[in-house]
Amino acid sequence: MKIIIGAGSCGIAAGAHKVQTAFEAIIAEKGLDLAVEQTGCIGTCYLEPIVDVVNDGGKKITFVNVTTDDTRRIIEDYVLGENELKELQISESDITMIGKQKRIVLRNSGLIDPERIEDYLAVDGYLAAKKCLTEMTSEEIIDTIKVAGLKGRGGAGFPTWFKWDAAKNSPGTTKYMVCNADEGDPGAFMDRSVLESDPHALIEGMLIGAKAIGANEGIIYVRAEYPLAIIRLQNAIDQAREKGFLGDNIFETGFDFDLRIKAGAGAFVCGEETALIASLEGERGMPRLKPPFPAQKGYWNKPTNINNVETFANVPWIFRNGGDAYAALGTAESKGTKVFALTGKIKKGGLVEIPMGLTLHDVIFDIGGGIKQDKAFKAVQMGGPSGGCIPASLLDTQIDYAEITKTGAIMGSGGMVVMDETTCMVDMARFFLDFTCKESCGKCTYCRVGTTRMLEILNRITQGEGSDGDIELLEELCYKIKDGSLCGLGQTAPNPVLTTIKYFRNEYEDHIYHHKCTAKSCKPLLTYTIDAEKCVGCGACKKNCPVDAITGEKKKVHEIDQDICIKCGKCFSVCKFDSVIID
Amino acid sequence: MSLETHEHHHEPGCGCGCQGDQPNPFEELEPVLDHYAAIPGSLITVLQKAQELYGFLSIELMRYIAIETHTSIAKVYGVATFYTQFRFEPVGKYLIMLCQGTACHVNGSKQVEEAVMDYLNIKEGETTPDGLFTLNNVACLGCCSLSPVMMINDDTYGQLTKDKVTHILAELKETAGNDAIESITQEVTA
Repeated sequence: MKIIIGAGSCGIAAGAHKVQTAFEAIIAEKGLDLAVEQTGCIGTCYLEPIVDVVNDGGKKITFVNVTTDDTRRIIEDYVLGENELKELQISESDITMIGKQKRIVLRNSGLIDPERIEDYLAVDGYLAAKKCLTEMTSEEIIDTIKVAGLKGRGGAGFPTWFKWDAAKNSPGTTKYMVCNADEGDPGAFMDRSVLESDPHALIEGMLIGAKAIGANEGIIYVRAEYPLAIIRLQNAIDQAREKGFLGDNIFETGFDFDLRIKAGAGAFVCGEETALIASLEGERGMPRLKPPFPAQKGYWNKPTNINNVETFANVPWIFRNGGDAYAALGTAESKGTKVFALTGKIKKGGLVEIPMGLTLHDVIFDIGGGIKQDKAFKAVQMGGPSGGCIPASLLDTQIDYAEITKTGAIMGSGGMVVMDETTCMVDMARFFLDFTCKESCGKCTYCRVGTTRMLEILNRITQGEGSDGDIELLEELCYKIKDGSLCGLGQTAPNPVLTTIKYFRNEYEDHIYHHKCTAKSCKPLLTYTIDAEKCVGCGACKKNCPVDAITGEKKKVHEIDQDICIKCGKCFSVCKFDSVIID
Repeated sequence: MSLETHEHHHEPGCGCGCQGDQPNPFEELEPVLDHYAAIPGSLITVLQKAQELYGFLSIELMRYIAIETHTSIAKVYGVATFYTQFRFEPVGKYLIMLCQGTACHVNGSKQVEEAVMDYLNIKEGETTPDGLFTLNNVACLGCCSLSPVMMINDDTYGQLTKDKVTHILAELKETAGNDAIESITQEVTA
């Protein structure tokens, strides 16, 4: 019998290490012969910490939201007793959430120990690479990827085979295979999960790609904000090297390939290929004009191919199951699966991998369980700062590169942030502009100055100081920034503003003309008053008001002086009688 | 003397912050510089290692790196200021990294930030006068399902509320206070 604990970053943040320590203490105390192992992230982050207890017959019981107090019960009642502790087990509906998915990228996540190469080998790891290196030519490898219809999962959706083919055909003997693991999109953590839960899948995918384009050196550019991912990846690289899957003469084919990690230092723009290359070379990560494309002149001016983590993680599966099997999933234009980080005001947040072609409604309501506290769905944000907000009326949109683009958003790397009636769409636009404004590298004037001006306008609007003509001015700036920027950051930075104006123009107008925030989120536009019917005169609000804006005698109705009130909301949060009204 | 061609022998006025005959204040960085000297394009990695060793990048430290890597201080400063990871002032014992990702924003990271600022009486980027806490906003930490999230040094805290965050900070303050008392007692007894 053994105990397996989910120990991705989410699990650890939720207390996985404390749970593990508690288990080990009880096992030592009772002198039991029981192994405690760890695995990566299964994706149901809202259930962390997750503990699997597997008995010698292979029967597995999954306990969720395990606290340190629960560990004793699990050992004493279940492991040593007969009680299966149904109340601590994963529920049927949560099993359904996992069941509705199609897991290719996440095939091993949460099932194997990411720190042991033996676990990866046990699920046929590196067999795809062996087949590619020993039995297939570069052309055949690229052709299989073409049949599969795999597109770059980093956001732009460019056909992977085309990039590989271009890099292969570029003259020169020194070529580089680079993985972009600089997952900078706020609200997305698909790549982190793969790196932490199944690092060998990435290494194997890169090895196959390297063989296809003829690269002998690979670099993985990982965000420095992902310390655990870097540790696990380095460990996996070391193990792969030891087993001969990296290094010289791999599978005795004469093919050499080695990998190293380069930690990024925090710059969103480094997700852009040419900026990433500049950063790899130790420079400021600023994009340059294309062409020449990286496939022609990349890292140190040598042919370089860059793909994202998820793209590579698909590759071994494609060679184990065939390009046709992959192409059988999805829609006419978008093949295979896509991983999404489902977050925000969603009941069952986490990582989900679904076949292309499902609708947004399927993902948010059937898999994600709908909106927290059953509030009204307002919009879903896809594609992060480069994407847009899709309203409720378009929930039947299929997950497909072209269909999502039609809405004004983009598929993006997989961030899916759900918003409810309490989310202000003007504030969301302001939030993303604040991000892109800070992250603009400053090379192009429109991106550098234009996003600053847009942010100023949005700040004014959310502070109740918007004026007639602001919406039109925003739109004009949006189109100029799109036209006047060199790279994807500037070209897409206006998308959150454009989509919110397109679908939620009334919210902008309410802010500007009526000084009203219907979502009750923009504080300067709110007024706090006390409902005379409900107030019992307990004095809690008066006592907690930091600026003494509230007057009233004990057991009599209190009143807020609007001239003094700083709208901190303290009175609202302390009132036990719901008598503070926000309007 | 041009910075690009200057071979460093630690002499008076050499510009690295050492006092000539005194020991090199950045001695611990020497093996790092030696290791990466042969690998082109390693400036960012060297800066990361330097920050790990000294907590932040002082002008003296950047000047030293420039001299040792045969590049200009302008280049080193330019690269360091481009990336958000690099800091140019000392940080407190506890570095609070408050996630400003989308999911955290939607789930109320602003209120959490206000609570931290209220409790510690500092703004984003500042350090408390006692040197205990530094508050930094960071882009997504990638723990979106637990939003709002913050990291303090290497520990991640999720599902934060105003009360929860105040409680966490108060506990750390107390731990730090106890540590200080303990070290004083040890000194006294010694």
